[in-house]
Amino acid sequence: MEHIVIIGNGIAGVTAARHIRKNSDKRITIVSAETDYFFSRTALMYVYMGHMKFEHTQPYENWFWKKNRIELVKGYVNTVDHKHKKLVLADGNTIGYDKLIIATGSKPNKFGWPGQDLPGVQGLYSKQDLDQLEANAPDNKTCKRAVIVGGGLIGIEMAEMLRSRKIPVTFLVRETSFWNGVLPAGESAMINEHILEHHIDLKLATNLVEILADENGRAKAVTTDKGETIECSVVGLTAGVSPNIDFLKDSGIELGRGIKVNRYLETNIKDIYAIGDCAEQHEGIGQRRPIEAVWYTGRMMGETVAQTICGNKIEYKPGHWFNSAKFLDLEYQTYGWVFSERGMKENEQHFHWRDDKEKICVTVAFDKETKQFLGINTFGIRMRHEIFDRWLTEKRDVNHVMEYLKDANFDPEFYAQYEHKIVSKFNSEFGTSISPKKKSWKRIFSNA
Amino acid sequence: MKAIQNIGIAIFLIGLGIFAALPFMGSFQLDQSTFDEIVAEKRIKSELFIEDMQQNVVGKEFTGMIDLSSKISKALDDANTTHVKNKEYKKKIYTKSSEMASIIGKRSGTGYIANNKGMMWFLTFGLGILGALMFIVPQVVTLGKKGIKNDGIYHQSSTGQGWIAWLVFFFLISFYMVLYFGSEYAVNWTYLVDPISESLSGNLAGHWFVYGFMYCVIMVVMAVRMYIKYRHNMYQLVRTTSVLFFQIVFAFLIPEIMVRLQMPYYDFKNAFPLDYDFFFQWNLKSLLDSGGIGLFILVWGVVLTVVIVPVMVYFFGKRWYCSWVCGCGGLAETLGDPYRQHSSKSLFSWKVERWLIHGVLVFAVVMTGMTLYSFFAETSTVLGIKTSSIQNTYSVYIGSIFAGVIGTGFYPIFGNRMWCRFGCPLAAYLGFVQRFKSRFRITTNGGQCISCGNCSTYCEQGIDVRAYAQKGENIVRSSCVGCGVCSAVCPRGVLKLENGPEEGRINPTEVLLGNDVDLMELVNKK
Repeated sequence: MEHIVIIGNGIAGVTAARHIRKNSDKRITIVSAETDYFFSRTALMYVYMGHMKFEHTQPYENWFWKKNRIELVKGYVNTVDHKHKKLVLADGNTIGYDKLIIATGSKPNKFGWPGQDLPGVQGLYSKQDLDQLEANAPDNKTCKRAVIVGGGLIGIEMAEMLRSRKIPVTFLVRETSFWNGVLPAGESAMINEHILEHHIDLKLATNLVEILADENGRAKAVTTDKGETIECSVVGLTAGVSPNIDFLKDSGIELGRGIKVNRYLETNIKDIYAIGDCAEQHEGIGQRRPIEAVWYTGRMMGETVAQTICGNKIEYKPGHWFNSAKFLDLEYQTYGWVFSERGMKENEQHFHWRDDKEKICVTVAFDKETKQFLGINTFGIRMRHEIFDRWLTEKRDVNHVMEYLKDANFDPEFYAQYEHKIVSKFNSEFGTSISPKKKSWKRIFSNA
Repeated sequence: MKAIQNIGIAIFLIGLGIFAALPFMGSFQLDQSTFDEIVAEKRIKSELFIEDMQQNVVGKEFTGMIDLSSKISKALDDANTTHVKNKEYKKKIYTKSSEMASIIGKRSGTGYIANNKGMMWFLTFGLGILGALMFIVPQVVTLGKKGIKNDGIYHQSSTGQGWIAWLVFFFLISFYMVLYFGSEYAVNWTYLVDPISESLSGNLAGHWFVYGFMYCVIMVVMAVRMYIKYRHNMYQLVRTTSVLFFQIVFAFLIPEIMVRLQMPYYDFKNAFPLDYDFFFQWNLKSLLDSGGIGLFILVWGVVLTVVIVPVMVYFFGKRWYCSWVCGCGGLAETLGDPYRQHSSKSLFSWKVERWLIHGVLVFAVVMTGMTLYSFFAETSTVLGIKTSSIQNTYSVYIGSIFAGVIGTGFYPIFGNRMWCRFGCPLAAYLGFVQRFKSRFRITTNGGQCISCGNCSTYCEQGIDVRAYAQKGENIVRSSCVGCGVCSAVCPRGVLKLENGPEEGRINPTEVLLGNDVDLMELVNKK
């Protein structure tokens, strides 16, 4: 029986294992050094905040693995020996494989800041990071202030976590406005306001210079390039993540920033595949980046590689870009591409609407010439994935999107509707006279 | 703000403390004329009991119900034992000693509690309401900006199955034990609400009136909490208003007013088989004896169960009943909201659930079949089994212990929908309709799910919502009561409760939306 070994029990590796099991009878082993069982990394913040217990982050009950004949090995892989098709673990044990899937995910970036390895300095990625934060910042007496370095998704999550225990937080963001490398200015500005509303001390355009240690060698303060020294008990480093592939340096597997793979998720070495955060496409697919550290792409790569391994060789073809996030109380969804002013394409034009009372806004990107709809960002309004996916495939123009916007609304029942406000602003800006059509189940469920 | 809240807790605890102490307090003195009245009303023919009571109870003053009730139950038991021994069955008293004590206690209360009803109401209900609101209302500020605020739920003793939760657990269970099995200890409570009862039905309050009134008060206070906690979520606000309205108007006010108008006591929204004794002989008789209104209720009760309930479930899902109208649901969604996360999500629990709830439904239907057969065939047994013993078994074990003691008592530890999920026969019936013939579903938004598990954690019905959401599959489970909290707590906008065409409602998918069109075609071909 062919033995499939998967390194990493995150969403990519576990999805691959599940789908290989669905489609075959192969022997499957998952190796992980992090936890005994698969858990959802995305939910770690909720454990610290007391919304959940750790066990709630585990999507499958513990009997699931045995029942589905997925063997779990807890161990750290030191080396991959592809000549003999085996893995050597840190405890000296070896595991032979016929096919190997590497799904080791990411690790937090550190950019060589002085003091970055002091006790009290940490990232937020793994279960171990969560345990460490619980130890470093159990309450606001132990942790008088925390400084978070890096204004991305993990940074704002960490700020929210610490605020949930009333710990004062200073948030150092390199950019002049939060996440404005990704979000258009209006949206980024709205999040800035929201961060301040949550009593987070947001310092824009500010960089970390050094982390200072106290007499016990623990972090006690940071200095910034604005000449400030900020006293703190905990420093959160959340300046992005990069592939967790150090153990592969001398393995002969081709590496870039991540593990280089082709569209079949194959590495340069036969029978070794890489999926999830640690995989790097030779060239980005469409406008996607070569490395995508996103939950759902991990899933998709897992689904795809499972097909290939089960004899149905399939290219990895992620469809239209989409994503979502939550910034404190603000829900964000995006479908298609809406670039920030910094990354904007030449032909891209934006329409931006923001409600005058609520923290709700929408940005629609479309082609200046052809009016083709390119993408949408929404804050505080949920949208229907299927509808936007369809409109993108059908290359609808922006007028169509405005006219049928109500079909795409995914907010809970009885919520206030904003389509009329949105469309009327669009009309006045672009001289159109679109009136939004009533929501139609028929259109929503018609598979064009 | 914190200070106001702390004072609120203190005031609340004082009110609760006095309320909890009442069953052991008060003085009772039964005078001769009252006793004669009771003997006449209850048609007591046992001279042994009457003598015993004359000697040991009448004219004497008792402090606390324990003192009085032990005397009454001894007199009653002794008398019955002797009558049975002498085969004097005509003289045997069939009123239970607990009920006898509660009847006598109600009419013999003297002293401060019985004579200062208004003041005592204020010291119990009044302080409880005031204190609770002082704790709850400042949350407008302390919770911060509107949005999902579940911070610390698992860190707090009260909501995280800690010692406070266990105290509440024991308190609630004791309360329900008194209500169902020791109503004589509720006598002092009935004094508190006598004025309210008299203004509604014209009668003095019994312990069920205490319960009904308290139910409404608790729901109102905890609904204020819901309005604050979910102030960003219009679905929750509308739904909370709806359950509140149906509890106060339909379950509480209308039946009381109907009594005042010499009509039968009836809750128009309480559908069979949740209303399990609707077809019991005594109820049918009382309805048939009540003229036009009785007949109307009879027809309404049947139409409600056979037509209205399933048709509404077809259009809106069982939520229209379970989380918009039902009293049990109403309490679960208000008082029970802080505990919703404790429902077990394991596959094992789901198996238990299916056996239990459908078992209760079968029990209720069989019992009702026997009841109706007995009624029309004018016999007390079916196939040699006494109908009344089946009815009593159901009333005690399902109607009282399961629905009441477990149903609400278990809130703080096992979650707020134990009864609705594992026991309610009406929910089982609605569940069939919802699963197989309904427009309702919880739509999963394509590939947006990140498997965080908030939805599953906060599902009061123990549905592993995430298991469906992460596959991009809609949720059409029979047990879903449509409370809408999974959708509310989702950080990525993945879930939406909606009523739509039946086609496409159930959508098993192997591959996430967005992943490779060819692959999807391939999977769909299989």
